[in-house]
Amino acid sequence: METIETNQPSSSAVLTPATAPKRGRRSAAAVLGERCIEGLIRLCGISAIVFVFAIFFFVFREGAPILFGGGTGGHGVTEPGAAKPSFDLAKFLFTKTWYPTSLNTPRYGIGALIIGTFSVTLLAMVIAVPFGLGAAVFLSEFCGKKVRETLKITIELLAAIPSVVWGFIGLTVMNVVIQKVFKVQVGLNVLNAAILLALMSVPIIVSIGEDALKAVPDSYREAGIAMGCTRWQLVWRVLLPAAKNGLLAAVLLGVGRAVGETMAVLMATGHSVNIPHSIFDSVRTLTATIAAELGETAEGSDHYRVLFLIGILLFTITFIVNLLADFAVKGIRKK
Amino acid sequence: MTTDTLTPSSAAAGVDYGITTRDLNLWYAKFQALKGITVNIQKGIITSLIGPSGCGKTTLLRCFNRVNERYGYVTTKGEIKLLGKNIYDEDVSLIELRKSVGMVFQRPNPLPLSVYENVVFGLRIHDDKGLKKSDRDDAVEKALTEVGLWNDLKDRLDEKAITLQLEQQQKLCIARLLPLKPEIILMDEPCSALDVSGTRAIEELMFALKGRYTIVIVTHNMAQARRSSDECIFMLMGELVEHSRTTDLFITPKNRKTAEYIEGRYG
Repeated sequence: METIETNQPSSSAVLTPATAPKRGRRSAAAVLGERCIEGLIRLCGISAIVFVFAIFFFVFREGAPILFGGGTGGHGVTEPGAAKPSFDLAKFLFTKTWYPTSLNTPRYGIGALIIGTFSVTLLAMVIAVPFGLGAAVFLSEFCGKKVRETLKITIELLAAIPSVVWGFIGLTVMNVVIQKVFKVQVGLNVLNAAILLALMSVPIIVSIGEDALKAVPDSYREAGIAMGCTRWQLVWRVLLPAAKNGLLAAVLLGVGRAVGETMAVLMATGHSVNIPHSIFDSVRTLTATIAAELGETAEGSDHYRVLFLIGILLFTITFIVNLLADFAVKGIRKK
Repeated sequence: MTTDTLTPSSAAAGVDYGITTRDLNLWYAKFQALKGITVNIQKGIITSLIGPSGCGKTTLLRCFNRVNERYGYVTTKGEIKLLGKNIYDEDVSLIELRKSVGMVFQRPNPLPLSVYENVVFGLRIHDDKGLKKSDRDDAVEKALTEVGLWNDLKDRLDEKAITLQLEQQQKLCIARLLPLKPEIILMDEPCSALDVSGTRAIEELMFALKGRYTIVIVTHNMAQARRSSDECIFMLMGELVEHSRTTDLFITPKNRKTAEYIEGRYG
């Protein structure tokens, strides 16, 4: 208050000496307040790391005992002799018998689930990559401004549809369509889930792919056009090679989305443990297994721990996929 | 102003023209960038376009291969004849036009491919069907030799073109035009990103190419126009002010504005 009173009537010449000695000092409260805010912002910044590690730690803590302690038989395991022989990781990964609730000999082989997840993801990508990259090329190179804005909003809308709604569509609409079109008995199968996953990953592929194409310097386009490229040649021979890292990242992030998706695949795959021989076979995925079974298991039982182990596996897969995507993007900057 | 006053006196003696324009007007949306340009550019020589920033020299250059039109808001009226053919006729194929009119840009812009692929790029997009690998190899050797890169790069053909030095990149950008055997080469300030020795190298290359190709070069650098071009066109505010032999234009400019510009009074 004092400074204001002295400053107001004075000219700038007086103002400087009047305020100068005060400059260095600020009230303790102000300093403390700023420290607090700074600390808070820092906390927000590192919170993501903290959360990731916390989640990983939690999942690992729940799943790991079975890896190291074998089937020690937590409180959940009531049957003597059940899964007593030490837990075999290779058996877990590569056998296809998933009988977690068997009274005498529960078997935890997730081979079929892994194949289920990958078959659905693979087929989803076969559908989504051409569509997604095609849409990205169209958006960034071929369409007018108005069409682009409209399309981008629509595609974002596609990304905003909750996965359970997708599952609902798979269960009711796609199911019937597939039965009719392909004359098969069961419409809940790899194809059904793959189409849903494709539709769910297309928005990611489109938006990241479009960014990658937009990032191609205009001088490359001018070079191509001045050489007499047709539009298609420009895309194929200039833009795709120039943007290949970004496009690869777009595809990988789409894969990550598809691998991790749960609800839609739970509803649309048919949810039967099975190694598919055609795209019309029902399968079950890793994610859907966790979602469907975790609520039914006793905490600490082998079954419970195995489900967490599947969680660790999923975590690892998506981590690797994201890491690869990150490397792909970094590749662009290096060049 | 009639055509006669705008073209060098040598024009009278039945010279071949590479590029002739008649009453060429161009608008970027509402802004008129070229106003009634009528000019005859002689075949097989180097013609430079000079003038202060925004005078329309680059715009004029970019009309000659119609690369201006990639922006939707450009309107062009008038006539441009390249080797006797109006390039604004309906039956003109832009692809063929750009095949016979090469362009070199301000910043070297080799494509993100290997050196080899950059040179054969034109062949690949235009007439790759009948070509054998040996034909392509020959084309690469010939083009790179012509621009003086063969000795430096013959063992590095698989390297990425963007890793070369700027001067080499710019030479490569010229080399990639040659396999298509263009009639005309347009250069948009090709040396502005290069140092002194790079500039000299490109200018020497221009001299070497002159005669077989009609070269039009836009430059900000008056000294460069003076030492490297045969004829010179001075433009101002979208209009063509003076076109004459370079020596005449720099020693005895006819127009007061030209004189003031080359003296450095403005620009």
